This record gives sequence, structure tokens and C-alpha cells, in this order.
Amino acid sequence: MFPSQFDYHRAASVAEAVELLSSLPDAKLVAGGHSLIPAMKLRAAQPAALVDIGRIPGLSDISSDGDSLVIGALATHTSVADAAAVRGGCPMLAETAAAIGDIQVRNRGTIGGSLAHADPGADYPAAMLALGAEVTAVGAGGERTIAASDFFVDILTTALADNEVITSVRVPCAAGGAYLKHRHPASSYAVVGVAACVGLDGGDVASCAIGINGVTGKAVLADAAAAALCGGPASADRIAAAAACVGDAFDEPLGDLYASGEFRAHLAGVYTKRALAVAAARAG
Amino acid sequence: MRHRVCLTVNGKAEEFDVEPRLLLCHLLRAYVGLTGTNIGCDTSQCGSCTVLMDGKAVKSCTVLAVQADGCEVTTIEGLAGADGLHPIQQSFWDNHGLQCGFCTPGMIMTAVEILDRSPGATDADVRHGLEGNICRCTGYENIVKSIVAAGARGN
Ligand SMILES: Cc1cc2nc3c(=O)[nH]c(=O)nc-3n(C[C@H](O)[C@H](O)[C@H](O)COP(=O)(O)OP(=O)(O)OC[C@H]3O[C@@H](n4cnc5c(N)ncnc54)[C@H](O)[C@@H]3O)c2cc1C
Ligand code: FES
Ligand code: FES
Repeated sequence: MFPSQFDYHRAASVAEAVELLSSLPDAKLVAGGHSLIPAMKLRAAQPAALVDIGRIPGLSDISSDGDSLVIGALATHTSVADAAAVRGGCPMLAETAAAIGDIQVRNRGTIGGSLAHADPGADYPAAMLALGAEVTAVGAGGERTIAASDFFVDILTTALADNEVITSVRVPCAAGGAYLKHRHPASSYAVVGVAACVGLDGGDVASCAIGINGVTGKAVLADAAAAALCGGPASADRIAAAAACVGDAFDEPLGDLYASGEFRAHLAGVYTKRALAVAAARAG
Repeated sequence: MRHRVCLTVNGKAEEFDVEPRLLLCHLLRAYVGLTGTNIGCDTSQCGSCTVLMDGKAVKSCTVLAVQADGCEVTTIEGLAGADGLHPIQQSFWDNHGLQCGFCTPGMIMTAVEILDRSPGATDADVRHGLEGNICRCTGYENIVKSIVAAGARGN
């Protein structure tokens, strides 16, 4: 089906996009359109106007200063997966982008759109949490940065105001990271996705962070499991013991026809164990 | 309000005034008159509408025509040259890579990108690359075989 009628505006700059969003009633941004257009085709979304930010210059750049990556909001999943700076500095992020959807989806979908949409089955949110990323957004009141841990509020809900535009994401580089997902066989979204970061000092785990999506309405950090791994070697036994603590992170696991909440919570433990092992091997 | 869209389709400049809600697949089929690009679903999942937009495989049912303004689009009709079928098309012919043929244009357009990115694509690479294309007839075996063979023959 085709979408219901709407007005179309193409913004030439972020300032113009903010201005249009603030002045037009019921307007929505469109970037890659790969969450919004499917929803509009099903008439689940019927915005009165679309503000297309897809051509704003400079918004798809990816750069690195060695410590962190700055990824423009319009960077497609393909460009994040392929960028040498991402593959080298933060292999987990490249792995996450490559795990999204399919070739065609990755060629159009953008990191800014994925974060703003905040689908519980989206892949990026877990990685953003585990890596301690910061989202930069511009609104009527100017620019602000939002920590990933404050950004995801609830199912399809973020800390963004209605007229705020994500311009970039700053992601700290981390060698010891891995993202593994249990892919829904039809939709390809994550039934469960686990992003694990491990930092070693000597032979011991000095730092650890675990982000999990797919189980609850928003992606969460499994702090208890991460803390359980710190302060000793990343042995198989210690990893298994840490992964056994992930359940603490889930207030209310959500189920659907494909996977019950209980099954998702179980999978989260299994994938945490696997992701931690890969992350620790990469860190070493 | 209508918007002017100027794009190149299979090397030919085209210009239309369209409603913003017009999808690229409908522009190609109803305005340009190229019906090789099929529409097989309402959920952006089947890939039968795949075309190349500025050289990249995209699902044309999930791109607004206004978003394709200024772009170069290649459809299945644009692949064959004066000297006959494109090597991937020929390989589908040789390897019986289709049954009803509905998914075939999308499969072939996606295959162009798969082999662009990895010319020596293996069976596993091709299966992974076809994640976004659904076939209801073949069971995929001969589709994969066709693409691997086209790659092995230097595309
Ligand atoms: C078949 C299919 C399979 C998919 N599989 C997966 C998958 O496995 N994993 C996964 O993570 N995702 C998946 N996706 C979703 C895909 O990754 C989307 O591209 C992504 O969720 C949204 O990015 P977009 O640029 O397309 O955003 P759009 O659809 O353009 O926008 C989405 C929402 O974000 C808002 N928005 C967009 N950009 C900004 C911005 N810069 N600032 C503020 N708000 C903004 C829009 O207003 C809209 O509300 C799939 C999509 C499809 C169609
Ligand atoms: S018609 Fe485009 S993906 Fe099915
Ligand atoms: S050949 Fe019939 S759908 Fe693929």
C-alpha cells in the first residue's frame, strides 16, 4: 500500500530542519526512511508533513581522533560497517552495523534514524549503551549531548524533544568488544542482541559493560553481570557465572508470538556468555 | 502539492511532477513504464522491488520518488547490453535460477551488488547477501548456484 498524503519539505541545513519541525504541525523527520516509510505504508504512521534531512551536507561523515569515533547521523549502516576507522577502532560497532537487516536496508537506513526510532529489536542501542556513546542533537534551544544511558527511555521513546535533530554520535573506541544477535528469521531484527565490552589489565578483567536489546521495551545495561566479571581472569567459568546474572537487568521481559519474555531472558544469558568470550579474546 | 523529480533511469533522463507519497517502485512501473521491478509485499521484506540507486541495491518500495530526485537508477531492464544478457542474467538462464520469475529481477539486482562487493562470492556469501530477497518457488538452490557461477566466471 502507499502512504496517506503528506507535505514534503527538503531541509538544506540542520537549522532549517529544526525550524520546519517547530513550525509545521505534525511533521516528522525522514532520514533513510526504513522505519518510517514501512510504518506509513501500513498507515500506522500518518504524519501531515515530512522534513527530509537526507541531503544535509556533512551529516554522514565518520571521523576518528584515535580515542573516539564521531559518526554523522546520516551515516548508513553500510558505511558504518565498512568504514576503516570503525573496523579498526571499534570492531564491535562495525559488527553491529553489519548485523542489521539486509544489504538493501543497510544501504538506506541511518544510525541517527535507528537511534531516534528506538525499536526494542534494533541492534545499535545495545552497542551504544555498552560503549558509553553520546548522542548530539540540535533543537530550538541549541545543541546538547545526551548519554546513551539517558537517551533510551522506553519502547520507541527517546529523550529527544519533538523538534530535535540528532546530528552525530560520539562512540569511544574499544578493541575488546563483540556484538552477537539471535536474529528473527523473518524480520531480521534482534530477538535478543548482546553487546559486550571487556578491558583487560594484566590477565584480569579491569572493565566490562554489557548492553542487551530485544528483551525489554528498551535496551538495557546488565550492570550486575558486568561487575561480576571484573577483578579476575576472563575464564570460561567466570564468564558463565557473570552471564548467569543478566536476569537482574530485566524488569519486565516482553514476549510476542515468536519468542516469550522468558525465552528472550534465557537467550540473553546464552548470548552474553558467547559475546563476553569473543570480547575478552579481542581485548587480549 | 506536487514535486518535480528529475532522475536518470537506465541512462535516460526522466522528469515527473509527483505526489510526495509516490513510491519509487510505482514511479518506475507507472510513470516510466518499466514493469520489471516487481512489488511483492507491503512490509519491505521480499526484495522483489530491488533496483540500484546510485549504484547501491535498494528496495524501491521503501524509497519515496522525491528521495530519488537527482539519482541514477538502474532497473532489471537496464542490465542487458547491446551484445545480449548481463552475465548474471545469463547465469540465471544457464543454471535454471528461476521458476515463476517473480523474485528474479530483485534477486539479480541484489546479486549485482553482492558480486560488486565480493567478486569471488562463495555459496555462504551469496546466501548471506540474499537475506533481503524472498523466493516462493525455487528453494534458493539454483539462485545461489547462478550467482556463484556468475562470480566465478568473472561476473
Ligand atoms: C526489512 C527491514 C529489516 C530491518 N532489520 C533491522 C535489523 O535487523 N536491525 C535494526 O536495528 N534495524 C532494522 N531495520 C530498521 C532500519 O535499521 C532503519 O533504517 C532504522 O531503524 C531507521 O533509520 P532510518 O534512517 O531509515 O530512519 P527513518 O525511517 O527515516 O526515521 C525513523 C524515525 O527516526 C526519526 N529520525 C530519523 N533521523 C533522525 C535524526 N537525525 N534525528 C532525530 N530523529 C530522526 C524519524 O522522524 C522517524 O521517527 C530494518 C528495516 C527494514 C525495512
Ligand atoms: S515489494 Fe519491496 S521489499 Fe517487497
Ligand atoms: S522464482 Fe517464483 S518467487 Fe522466485
